[in-house]
Amino acid sequence: MATKTSVRLTINHESYDVEVEPRWLLSDVIRHQLGLTGTHVGCEQGVCGACTILVDGKPERSCLMFAVQAEGLDIITVEGLSPDVKRLTPLQESFRDHHALQCGYCTSGMLLTATALLEKDPHPSETTIREALSGNVCRCTGYQFIVDAILAVANGPKEVQE
Amino acid sequence: MKPGAFEYRKATSVKDVVTWLHGDSTSKILAGGQSLVPVMNFRLAHPSLLVDINEITSLRQITCDADHITIGAMVHHQEMVENREVRQYFPLLSVAARHIGHWAVRNRGTVGGSLAHADPASEWPAVMVALQAQIGVEGIDGSRVISAADLFLGYYTTELAADEMMTTIHISHPNHPLGFAEVARRPGDFALAGAIVEDFGDAHGSVTWFGVAGKPERVKVSLPKEAALRAQSFQTALQTLTQLDEDRHRQQLAITVAERAFQHSHLNGQEYFTFEGGQV
Ligand SMILES: Cc1cc2nc3c(=O)[nH]c(=O)nc-3n(C[C@H](O)[C@H](O)[C@H](O)COP(=O)(O)OP(=O)(O)OC[C@H]3O[C@@H](n4cnc5c(N)ncnc54)[C@H](O)[C@@H]3O)c2cc1C
Ligand code: FES
Ligand code: FES
Repeated sequence: MATKTSVRLTINHESYDVEVEPRWLLSDVIRHQLGLTGTHVGCEQGVCGACTILVDGKPERSCLMFAVQAEGLDIITVEGLSPDVKRLTPLQESFRDHHALQCGYCTSGMLLTATALLEKDPHPSETTIREALSGNVCRCTGYQFIVDAILAVANGPKEVQE
Repeated sequence: MKPGAFEYRKATSVKDVVTWLHGDSTSKILAGGQSLVPVMNFRLAHPSLLVDINEITSLRQITCDADHITIGAMVHHQEMVENREVRQYFPLLSVAARHIGHWAVRNRGTVGGSLAHADPASEWPAVMVALQAQIGVEGIDGSRVISAADLFLGYYTTELAADEMMTTIHISHPNHPLGFAEVARRPGDFALAGAIVEDFGDAHGSVTWFGVAGKPERVKVSLPKEAALRAQSFQTALQTLTQLDEDRHRQQLAITVAERAFQHSHLNGQEYFTFEGGQV
């Protein structure tokens, strides 16, 4: 049964050819086969949001999808948020400025969800932000600083720091 | 944990699906995976064959006008939240969909998957029973139509045979006020209790609860003008159900959400969408 199939995954605009067993979760293949360990795994039941990735621009759970299903999908992980690895996106900068992370376990999922939200609605209200983030659990920050960081980006373009 | 081994096949037609399901009695359809994959991750299910139906694009269509709506089984919950025709002609469906799980779950989970999973606390089964939806089903010997009231047998159990597949859900607009309300601990959690109320006029209507009994049932109720009498009427309706438990708290919630759903049924326009603090 453990026969492998090859799939071509498109992650952060790069193509990866990988051999996978059908039962391998996309989250595990992203982490273990591709070494993109920014995608975290907390619960494997869709509840915590740590594994959230963007699929064709929309947040989805990588722990609730098999890697064999991901061929042809445009996937973005936290590593792909900024086009330049040496620079943070304005949202990432804002997370840093607002102390929106402590241990960082939830941060990738938070960033991806918030990025998709701002794409869809560039000026969300605090309620909309909280509703969008309701599927991402953070055990450290108490959420306020995360909401502040997103609101700061929503409320006006921040000059990119040199 | 991780799922056990299985064979994986991608279907491109409904015919593929029913043929493959029929050929292997421990096979399962994989739709959005938002219920099946967690269950497999915990090894509570170990199908030998998964038939992925995500590429059957014809099942992602919605056709909707003022009187009728046909929803493909693979329409995502979030599409039901956002679709313009749905919001215009069947706003109840959009409001109900918004209450399902989190954004990331709604982006992948499907209407058909939710009906097949038949969680007693889930929104779609109750909505479909309340609106007397007709469900199109394909099997190896052809198609049949099941009314929603006959589809649900109890906890996580439906009338569908193991080799049958749901393809479409059809609803005719009942053309009277419809309301929806639910109580959950946090947005995105499964409902502790929820209700859909129809107001036929002349102080008559129906209530369909979810999270309260093993399956949704559309119960006729009188809807007197005074709230106190309505509460009694909901209480009487509740007694006709085989409830999940005798929990007084849940019973009180059931009465409360039924009253809220009644209030909701008389809102219009934007207020209908922002009831209970919703933003969409
Ligand atoms: C964190 C979290 C929170 C959630 N909260 C809610 C909530 O509040 N309310 C709610 O209703 N749901 C909730 N869900 C469940 C979600 O709505 C699922 O999308 C839904 O229950 C199943 O749909 P699916 O497309 O993901 O189906 P899958 O998980 O792929 O399949 C579920 C079952 O249905 C069968 N199946 C799927 N499609 C068909 C078909 N067309 N014909 C026949 N059988 C089929 C499968 O074989 C399987 O047995 C939640 C899920 C998660 C992970
Ligand atoms: S690991 Fe996927 S949601 Fe928790
Ligand atoms: S920063 Fe630790 S879980 Fe959010």
